Amino acid sequence: MKSRYFAAAALLLFVLAYEAKAQFRFPMPEFESGYKHPEMNTPLPARIPAAVDITVLFVALAVTAWAVLKSRSRSMVFLIAIFSLLYFGFYRKGCVCPVGSLQNVVNAIIDRSFGVPIIVMAFFLLPLVFAVYFGRVFCAAVCPLGAIQEMCAISPIQLSRPVEITLGLLPYAYLGLTVLSLATGTGFLICRYDPFIGFFRQGASFNMFLTGGVLLLMGIFVARPYCRFLCPYGVLLRWASLFSKWHASITPAECIQCRLCESSCPYGAIVVPTPDDRSVDRRTGARRLGLLLLLTPVIVGTTAWTGMTAHKLVARLHPTVRLAERVAAEEQGRFAETTIDTDAFHAGKQMPAELYADANAIKQQFKYASAWFGAFMGLVICGKLIRLSVIRKSSDYEADRGACLSCARCFAYCPVVGPISQSDLRQECLDKHAQS
Amino acid sequence: MSEKPKIGRRDFMRVAATVAAGGGAWAVARRGDEATVWQLDPAKCVQCGRCSTNCVLNPSAVKCVHSFQICGYCDLCGAYLQPGAKARDTGAENELCPVGAITRTYIEDPFYQYTIDEKLCVGCGKCVKGCNVFGNGSLYLQVKHDLCVGCNECLIARNCPAKAYERVPVRTAYLLKTRDNGVLVPKLNLGTRLDSGTGKQG
Repeated sequence: MKSRYFAAAALLLFVLAYEAKAQFRFPMPEFESGYKHPEMNTPLPARIPAAVDITVLFVALAVTAWAVLKSRSRSMVFLIAIFSLLYFGFYRKGCVCPVGSLQNVVNAIIDRSFGVPIIVMAFFLLPLVFAVYFGRVFCAAVCPLGAIQEMCAISPIQLSRPVEITLGLLPYAYLGLTVLSLATGTGFLICRYDPFIGFFRQGASFNMFLTGGVLLLMGIFVARPYCRFLCPYGVLLRWASLFSKWHASITPAECIQCRLCESSCPYGAIVVPTPDDRSVDRRTGARRLGLLLLLTPVIVGTTAWTGMTAHKLVARLHPTVRLAERVAAEEQGRFAETTIDTDAFHAGKQMPAELYADANAIKQQFKYASAWFGAFMGLVICGKLIRLSVIRKSSDYEADRGACLSCARCFAYCPVVGPISQSDLRQECLDKHAQS
Repeated sequence: MSEKPKIGRRDFMRVAATVAAGGGAWAVARRGDEATVWQLDPAKCVQCGRCSTNCVLNPSAVKCVHSFQICGYCDLCGAYLQPGAKARDTGAENELCPVGAITRTYIEDPFYQYTIDEKLCVGCGKCVKGCNVFGNGSLYLQVKHDLCVGCNECLIARNCPAKAYERVPVRTAYLLKTRDNGVLVPKLNLGTRLDSGTGKQG
């Protein structure tokens, strides 16, 4: 209550401060017929309470985890995916989504004054926490962006390993660019280039529909292109899932090396057992790894330098930089006509010199930010190379914890029957007894 | 050899990470207690027309609103009639609004009331410009929150040449013009739903 009075008092002071009443061109009429002004219609947002969305997200994640790890049912995962597509996609129109919430959280870390509502925070964290325990169950069936692509993956092919790994660098670049654009105040890239939200809202620009349509068509053969080769939140989920406590396993019991699952994964997420006859001996491997570690600073330095030199190009993402360039070009007479933006700028109070100074300051920010971005990409490339050159022993067909989306496709390919429970055993004995 | 039940290093790390994430989330989330919405400041608006074309919704969530209390109820209305209109009547050829969303009603001599049909309005701002050039500026654009989907980054805000968009607290979800505030001061929104909640209770 106290704060309410305070707010009222503050408002009163505020209004009193504006004593000078506005001058109106025409006098307001005094009506004789008893006419009253109609009420203005100013409706407030009718938002679904945050608790509902958070609960639905939690339950969907929990049920998916159960479907993947306990009941091992692909059809169940698929049903949850349909539900998520309908609820988070078409009903909630794709907002809030955990993929985009990443930006709000990063922005709150960079800009202390930027608040993150509880629902956004929950949407950011819940899938990550679930990934730490159960793997990427969020990707499996809860993400509406994943679900819409899952429906389209009709005849998936397997990409060759080098292509898969090279394209797999893109999400890191997207993540880096997202952070870069937040650090420089450029905007929310993930929301701007969300390919499927146009379908959820049933309205978007032509380019948005085109990108979404191309990705979905591509997704018929190359399953889930956005998830695997673009999604920046997927990078975080991948990291979290690497440490997952319980992760989906292809076999319910011991692997019998039948190789039936080998071609079942459309996401290239099955780790094939290392052959016994090593084609690379230990010493060569160690030398290669040593060389890579030595080269890492060089690679990181080069990519950081590349990022810094490219900063002028990257800085054009920022609207102020673009406006300054246009205003400068118009002043030099390179354009005959003005744009809405330059007109609005000239109508405002700011002088061109101030605008140029602003733009230069932003470019300077971009210089550092792009260098950091370059260094990050260098580290990612080196990390990938190091991971490739370390031979890890595995004797069974296992899911790659980072890349596996827990879609449960491979389960059906495994002929191994899980450990028989007591009741099943009893039923089997009874059946046999009845037969004899 | 100890016989203690072993809590693995990884288990510990997992729980620690979860708790740390939760704590961090709480610390950050509390700052964002007050929900905000996008709104445009009519004092900054230059009526460029992008509100109607840049919204992710089609038609746009931005509509023209009318502060009747500062309207002059003119017969010769700069917002309703085309410049140089042949007659001051409801003929379509005389109307400025491209979608015919303004209704002209006779009140008493010589006053006319102009009402915006929000179902038709596309938020182009043509009438707003007309009212600013020849009128009291009682018509202006506002984001209607029953329509707005509340994007993280409002697409119109990003492309607004006048930088008229900002996030405002839900309390002041509309920046309305009144007789007292002239045209500039954001007014507390005492909309239908809020009345019971905050305003007149105390």
